Amino acid sequence: MDLSTSAMQRAANEMRVDIIQMLHAAGSGHPGGSLSLIDILTVAVLKHIGRNADNVDAPDRHRLVLSKGHGVPALYAVLARAGVIPHEELLSLRTLGSRLQGHPHNATFPAVEASTGSLGQGLSIAQGMAMAAKLDGLEYRVYCVLGDGEMQEGQVWEALLSAAMYKVDNLIVILDYNKGQIDGPTNEIINLEPLADKLRAFNWAVQEIDGHDIAAIDEALTIARKREGQPHFIIAHTVKGKGVSFMEHPTEWHGKAPGDAEARAAIDELHTLLA
Amino acid sequence: MGKATRVSFGEQLAELGATHPSIVVFDADLSKSTQSQLFAARYPERFFEMGIQEHNMIGAAAGMALCGKKPFICSFSTFVVGRFEVIRMSVGYSEANVTIVGTHCGVAIGEDGYSQMALEDIALMRTLPNMAIIQPADDREARAAVRFLAEHHGPAFLRLTRQNVADIHDDSYEFHFGKADVLRDGADAVAFCTGGVVHGTLMAADMLAQEGVDLRVVNIHTIAPLDVEAVVKAARETGRVITVEDHSIVGGLGGAIAETLAEHHPTLMKRIGMTTYGRSGSPTGLYEHFGLDAHGIARGIREFMENAQV
Repeated sequence: MDLSTSAMQRAANEMRVDIIQMLHAAGSGHPGGSLSLIDILTVAVLKHIGRNADNVDAPDRHRLVLSKGHGVPALYAVLARAGVIPHEELLSLRTLGSRLQGHPHNATFPAVEASTGSLGQGLSIAQGMAMAAKLDGLEYRVYCVLGDGEMQEGQVWEALLSAAMYKVDNLIVILDYNKGQIDGPTNEIINLEPLADKLRAFNWAVQEIDGHDIAAIDEALTIARKREGQPHFIIAHTVKGKGVSFMEHPTEWHGKAPGDAEARAAIDELHTLLA
Repeated sequence: MGKATRVSFGEQLAELGATHPSIVVFDADLSKSTQSQLFAARYPERFFEMGIQEHNMIGAAAGMALCGKKPFICSFSTFVVGRFEVIRMSVGYSEANVTIVGTHCGVAIGEDGYSQMALEDIALMRTLPNMAIIQPADDREARAAVRFLAEHHGPAFLRLTRQNVADIHDDSYEFHFGKADVLRDGADAVAFCTGGVVHGTLMAADMLAQEGVDLRVVNIHTIAPLDVEAVVKAARETGRVITVEDHSIVGGLGGAIAETLAEHHPTLMKRIGMTTYGRSGSPTGLYEHFGLDAHGIARGIREFMENAQV
């Protein structure tokens, strides 16, 4: 697999098409937070985790917990790209009998690693996984992707305190900071700012990047491999609906699937990025 | 008087640490009360003090379970089961191999009052389709249940007492998961009981025997999965059913038996247990007040027998 910056950028945009097609076929789901997330997942899963069909159940594999479970179309698209899901299976999303549940379910489909969708729980699970690696003397890293809205959940802050206390430095959190949640702009509902200051005060190693800049994501994830006693937090500034101009809005396309015409327009626009 | 089942648990778990390297133990700042401290003292590298963060404790334990560990997570039952949504998602739905150990169950915790009393925990946990629920009645039963759970794979809930409980069994006792345990035969009615009130129910049966009531007493240590066959058989043979528990009569043992009999063998029933919030008092004073001591249980059964003509 070509993991150059330009190849990953192209792959991410191709997966944006997959996401639109999946959500259009399903008739429901969350385009905004899937499109904001896809660049992060592309670099994390394909390059830094190196997920493929052979290592998907290896005990010492790197793991990724998608705590913002509503973004799972992006994860399924990346797992298809990694060869873990047959590409044609993506269109079974949200249908009866499919492994591709509307939110991740590890017991149905272990490749998603954890069951999420009730916000605020994934970081605790990721912390436990990272602590298990240390207990077993294994070198694997655990990645956790949070949404900004879900950072309003108290359990996230429990885990932020706890993981720093336990010096879980094989734990790497990436925040998909797309600034929107269902009822409005995140920082008008419950403001997270100043977020980097809060996280540093909580004893995390903090980086702040453009979450659509493939090279910046790659560099931040490389830096986050350091094992210096601090867990890692990458604040990735993103745009909800990124890549489809009419979906780039903090709330409008949170939980609404595109209809026929909208899906066609979205895919046409994405094809101009791929031309 | 025998031991508190939380002590039996703590001692047995510490013993199992030697033979079960995958066991890890979590506590939320109550290890001295839950008795997980006994494991912590012997296996500090496998003990995780998670602080007063029950949500995070449940989730982190689920993460470890998904990486092959066998976590036992300990707290007062109301504090851990109260974080039900995390148990539902991160343990139940995830099929995580986590045993949730809830101590300090029921009004028998006494003076601390309602905020520390779990009276609704069984009701919540029963709604999760894959959650095994075990409530032992004495020391031998508790130890055997812990040994069973160390080998069990899947979400489980172990409900334990703060208070000492009298021995019910002798050394010949064998624990059979999912099986009702007939402690006393009887033909006039059957009392299904569980946990800290089992001994009181046996004493009540002695009192009632002197009045000519022949009460069968069946200990239900495994509330889920319930031994449906044994429950139906006892109801069919006696025609009158009583349930006794230190828990709300809604959704607990009484609820489980009522649901089962309504479907399989409708039978007149009396549920003895909690119908109000708890309050402060001595454990024995509270059992007397709420009708959960031997006299209260006998009184409840007597009234039921007088009014429930089959």
